[in-house]
Amino acid sequence: MVSELTTGQRQMALTFLAMLALLGLFVAAFGRADPIGGHGWLVLVFSLLSLFAVLTNYYDPEPAADRSAAYYDAPVKAGIIIAMIWAVIGMFVGAWVAWLLVNPDLTFVEEAWASFGRLRPVHTTAVIFGFGGNALIATSFYVVQRTSRTRLAGHLSPLFVLWGYNLFCLLAVTGYLWGINQSKEYAEPEWYADLWLVIVWVAYFVLYLRTLARRKEPHIYVANWYYLAFILVVAVLHIVNGLALPLSWAQAKSYSLFAGVQDAMTQWWYGHNAVAFFLTAGFLGMMYYYLPKRAERPIFSYRLSIISFWGITFFYMWAGSHHLHYTALPHWVQTLGMTFSVMLLIPSWASAGNALLTLNGAWHKVRDDATLRFMFIAAVFYGLSTFEGSFMAIRSVNALSHYTDWTVGHVHAGALGWVAMITFGAIYASVPWLWKRKTMWSPALVEVHFWLALAGTLIYVFAMWNSGIIQGLMWRTYNESGTLAYSFLESVEAMHPYYIARAVGGSFFLLGALVACYNIWMTIRAPQPAGALQDDHPQERTDPVLEAGR
Amino acid sequence: MSVDERDPHSGYKTTGHDWNGIKELNTPVPRPVYFFLIAAFLFSVVYWVLMPAWPTGLSYTKGLLGIDQQTTVEREVARAAAERAPWMDAIARTPVDEALADPELMGHVRATGATLFGDNCAVCHGQQGTGAPGYPNLRDDVWLWGGAPDVIAETLRVGVNSGHADARISQMPAFGRDQMLPQEDVRAVVAYVRSLSEARSSAGATTLTRGAEVFATTCASCHGARGEGMASVGAPDLTDDDWLYSDDADAIFRGVWDGHQGVMPAWEGRLSVEQRRLLTLYLLDRQRRAP
Repeated sequence: MVSELTTGQRQMALTFLAMLALLGLFVAAFGRADPIGGHGWLVLVFSLLSLFAVLTNYYDPEPAADRSAAYYDAPVKAGIIIAMIWAVIGMFVGAWVAWLLVNPDLTFVEEAWASFGRLRPVHTTAVIFGFGGNALIATSFYVVQRTSRTRLAGHLSPLFVLWGYNLFCLLAVTGYLWGINQSKEYAEPEWYADLWLVIVWVAYFVLYLRTLARRKEPHIYVANWYYLAFILVVAVLHIVNGLALPLSWAQAKSYSLFAGVQDAMTQWWYGHNAVAFFLTAGFLGMMYYYLPKRAERPIFSYRLSIISFWGITFFYMWAGSHHLHYTALPHWVQTLGMTFSVMLLIPSWASAGNALLTLNGAWHKVRDDATLRFMFIAAVFYGLSTFEGSFMAIRSVNALSHYTDWTVGHVHAGALGWVAMITFGAIYASVPWLWKRKTMWSPALVEVHFWLALAGTLIYVFAMWNSGIIQGLMWRTYNESGTLAYSFLESVEAMHPYYIARAVGGSFFLLGALVACYNIWMTIRAPQPAGALQDDHPQERTDPVLEAGR
Repeated sequence: MSVDERDPHSGYKTTGHDWNGIKELNTPVPRPVYFFLIAAFLFSVVYWVLMPAWPTGLSYTKGLLGIDQQTTVEREVARAAAERAPWMDAIARTPVDEALADPELMGHVRATGATLFGDNCAVCHGQQGTGAPGYPNLRDDVWLWGGAPDVIAETLRVGVNSGHADARISQMPAFGRDQMLPQEDVRAVVAYVRSLSEARSSAGATTLTRGAEVFATTCASCHGARGEGMASVGAPDLTDDDWLYSDDADAIFRGVWDGHQGVMPAWEGRLSVEQRRLLTLYLLDRQRRAP
């Protein structure tokens, strides 16, 4: 990575890292009486290690004078590897907490950090932000360059975005284990980690906009609309929901600026739009590039892309209040959340349909190519889970499903079936392109991974549908005397077989990710084949439309 | 590249763009998309007209049906309470012995009591009510504070060491830790206490004699001269083979050394008087039916 930087840029990197190390030292010193001190040390160690990495390569030969003749893929490669590391961490912790629910004694150590309440956000953050986020950053860097036929607009800033984002992820998960958590689901990190992410994210936004501005294509491709929506809206959500007042500069604890039902509404406006713009829009961007590319088919309908994009971005913004049905939230806000969630189904299915219809003419490839099949299954699960989401947002359905495992099953239908599947598809497509191989080291192992992932997802989702609906029914069943028929504990006991099934399904999924890591590792390590792919370049191409526009 | 390129498979023209090999067809939006979009919108409009929906500054549109979740839930709670009222009132009115002999009433008690017990009591006393170390077994006939129906109902109302104004107070002092007794005296009295319920004690005669002396001066004021316990202060009977914590010598030693201040929450304010009476009947009923 350092070899892509000029000496001047290497010096800038060193200066920045030295300042970051100093900041870490200050926090470690002034916050030594508080958990934030530990994070000071973490920042210090992180920046010193990065400093060391730059220094050891400081005297590498400088890059060619005109770097714009080549795409900047070093951060893409690093991002994909980091994403897979986070996948294994996050899915391992996920399988662990799933087994913990089967047998609460599986903490192994009698320490606070090993309790369910601390491990669970480590799982969600590691898979959503660690695995999903890094995959989005890496693929967005890849896609924006190819579809704009230009190099990333910067050399330090892509590295800053990637490594800065991972520092945020590290601050987040280590914080949970130490008990640092602002108790907002999917927004658990405390104020200082939130501030750091704002800096990183604004740099990401600026980088993305500048790269698009340099494009050599007349139009911006659909994938980039989605990536840009993802970056912009996540920034807005993160900043508003994270508004908080810390106890002091040297303490980790802060208090949200919102209170009561306003706090709940802000949190779920954030929470649902994190699903919308992080877990949906970002990955739709991924799908819009890798699926047609791999299928070698044109997108089914440009017009449908437009309708879906604006439908999704417009309707999603209103849907968050369906997380607060039958609560202190005023009834009228619930009505709006429900109706917009119902309308949201149409553009969601239009997107899924656009993806599936794109495969027309390439179904034989879906049959033969596990990588494309990952993307196909992802589109199917996208359709299924958006239908389920709109359905569960209806108040009377929500009365049964809310607070039950059905919600957990729904989330995982989306997270495993859609987000992880499209990501694995994109990664299996990208790795040979990036490392100039003809195929993955073992297409058979891709096939193994596909079936492990699909089996794991189906077992998981069916287990949670069953347990969730049984739970919901047990909680609302009355006996002939007009009182509750079951105690809560009885409903917990009834979940036990489904929790075993869920843990088995989750473990399958983890096993698949390990197979993927091995396959990717072997692909990268395998010697360059004779007919290796050539580098692709943002070469000049005479484009009649572009020429006409000039 | 030609703007008029036609996709051979679908027969549609492309939009003429090319992004690193990706093209798009100019396929019209399928009719069903518009149809369902309009249908979903119309559904929403109807729903908005009927239900509370849009903010209007300081208020909001109330909806033609006049439905509001707050009044809905209040009405349903009141209706459910009214349905239960006949037998709930009977439980409050009927004397205990009469209630226990009334099969219909006890049917309600058993159906409701199991859930009430499961949600409120089982976390400490176990789902079967058989207790755990420090949490009394409610299925046997041993009652720390007395087993009369009114006494049980009162224990439910005020709790033990609960902070309630009328709470039952149970204080087993920390005789060792607070240096009221030297260690050898604690060991002696533990051996003596164990000998009260054991057929043959393994302890030596001198130890037992010393233990008996310590017991008479230190323990008897609460546990009774013969260790038979005292319900007025919740002091357990030490002569039977029922142990609140454990019959293990080390556990008894720790109890005498560090003391015990067990807690049971007060249920007044959390459960209604009818519910507490129902639980009393439920306990008495289960105890009678216990094998």
